[in-house]
Amino acid sequence: MSALLAVCEQRDGTLRKISHEVVTGAHRLGGSVEAVLCAAGPVAGAEQLGKFGADKVVTLTNAAFAKYNPEGFAQAIADRVKAGGYQAVVFAASATGKDLAPRVAAKLGVGLAADCTEVAAEGGAIVATRPVYAGKALLKVKVATKPAVLSLRPNVFTPVERPKAGSAETLAVSVAAGRVVVREVKAAEAGALDVAEAQIVISGGRGLKEPANFKVIEELARAFGGQAAVGASRAVVDAGWRAHADQVGQTGKTVSPTLYIAVGISGAIQHLAGMRTSKVIVAINKDKDAPIFKVADYGVVGDLFEVVPKLTEEIKKLHG
Amino acid sequence: MKIAVCIKRVPDSETRVKISADGTKLDEAGVKFVLNPYDEFAVEEALQRKEKAGTGEVAVFCLGPAAAQETIRTALAMGADRGVLLQSDAIPADGFVTAQAIAAELKAGSAGSWDLILFGKMAIDDYNQQVGPMVAELLGVPCVTAVAHLDIDHTTGRGIGEREIEGGIEVVEFPLPAVLTADKGLNEPRYPALKGIMAAKKKPLEVKPVQLAAGGIEVQALTPPPQRKEGKIVGEGAGAVPELVRLLREEAKVL
Repeated sequence: MSALLAVCEQRDGTLRKISHEVVTGAHRLGGSVEAVLCAAGPVAGAEQLGKFGADKVVTLTNAAFAKYNPEGFAQAIADRVKAGGYQAVVFAASATGKDLAPRVAAKLGVGLAADCTEVAAEGGAIVATRPVYAGKALLKVKVATKPAVLSLRPNVFTPVERPKAGSAETLAVSVAAGRVVVREVKAAEAGALDVAEAQIVISGGRGLKEPANFKVIEELARAFGGQAAVGASRAVVDAGWRAHADQVGQTGKTVSPTLYIAVGISGAIQHLAGMRTSKVIVAINKDKDAPIFKVADYGVVGDLFEVVPKLTEEIKKLHG
Repeated sequence: MKIAVCIKRVPDSETRVKISADGTKLDEAGVKFVLNPYDEFAVEEALQRKEKAGTGEVAVFCLGPAAAQETIRTALAMGADRGVLLQSDAIPADGFVTAQAIAAELKAGSAGSWDLILFGKMAIDDYNQQVGPMVAELLGVPCVTAVAHLDIDHTTGRGIGEREIEGGIEVVEFPLPAVLTADKGLNEPRYPALKGIMAAKKKPLEVKPVQLAAGGIEVQALTPPPQRKEGKIVGEGAGAVPELVRLLREEAKVL
């Protein structure tokens, strides 16, 4: 049976939920899954990984691993891979994974199948499907490198519980002093969810007319009781109404939430690139011919300043 | 400041994707090609850094077909000094092969070291998002990816880059020389002025054919994305909201 390495993530000593997806995705390749973490010490929540199918959880510790340490993490993981003979190394295509996976792949002398939405073992080979051309096509590739290095698009590999009495191991590792050092992480507004990670994303566009009107979107997001993030179209980010961190689309973030609500967004191809893999899409727009209705599962044609507050009221009833 | 910028020729983001008869690539007939949008931020940053330093060179490197000379000319028209095309008709699906070719050229032909090597954070065609950091690894140079804000202190030779992460901004310090990949927000790319376009025609552009290995990532198929199931207009105005909520609960089961 082949061995797979699932590269998991922690922040401030706590396991990031995306790690569940990485272990679930690695499991699809069929083999024993070893979950690996880089951290300064024990990681709270690491024991959950067994629940999602990790046969073993290995924490590679170093005093310099409290924050993300690009060069140190890359070296520690590449060393682990070289020593372990894994068939595949699986990352999340998160902000960290996008930075780390190519470094590790290069150290291993192989390419990376990035941002995959499907992975499988077919006849002994690993195949991966990746959205390309802004999601207007899917590229299926056979990854014949040894090992295969893959990263998985967040929110696509729904975690599956398959409990295993996984073993845990902590291993102190030594790495060269990093030249690239994360000095600090400036946290976004307290309690604000990131659009790339939220299960519900509500995005606003030019239809909101002015920046202050985003409060109708924020109120709807709050009605979901902390599960929803506020996103924005490129037009309003370019106009300076919202931060680039909130932008959904080709030059912003790619999101795949359970529920995506597009408010006053016409649905330019650049926007669709960032949200078309959402599970359920709702569009609210006054123009019944807006392209967003072509990808929406449910549409409401009308004045968003009437429709959205009514929706907020109904959602509050459900959560109230 | 001696700055290398690595760019790519990509289909315009508005392109309608038609798949070739063999089902493995884009049918390029009628497709308009442009300088990759993220690479525009890289070119702009290089130009601003050189202008600030008052001296130096901005050289543009591109791996692509003969037609990518046009893409290089766009960067030259923005203000870059010279271009190098590593000419190859096919661009491998394996980003490491591309990285090796670019790293070899940056090491060999450049007559000395670069202060900065800039890339866009990704190409909008293949979404590979790997060539920049791989080139850094191959050259043994520090790397910061997806930089949306950059400060460089030339007296200390150190820089601070900011990159967006989930729920915050990571502030990263690094020494020069370095490889950086540019995210949106880094700057506002300039449009080439007519004068620049005229000047670009006379700037040096070297064409070097390269033979690329196949690499270990092999394309099996390019297919259209699955069609989303036909959606429905629930209704008009606020009156449609109760029905929308019912559908989201009972049919879509997301509430």
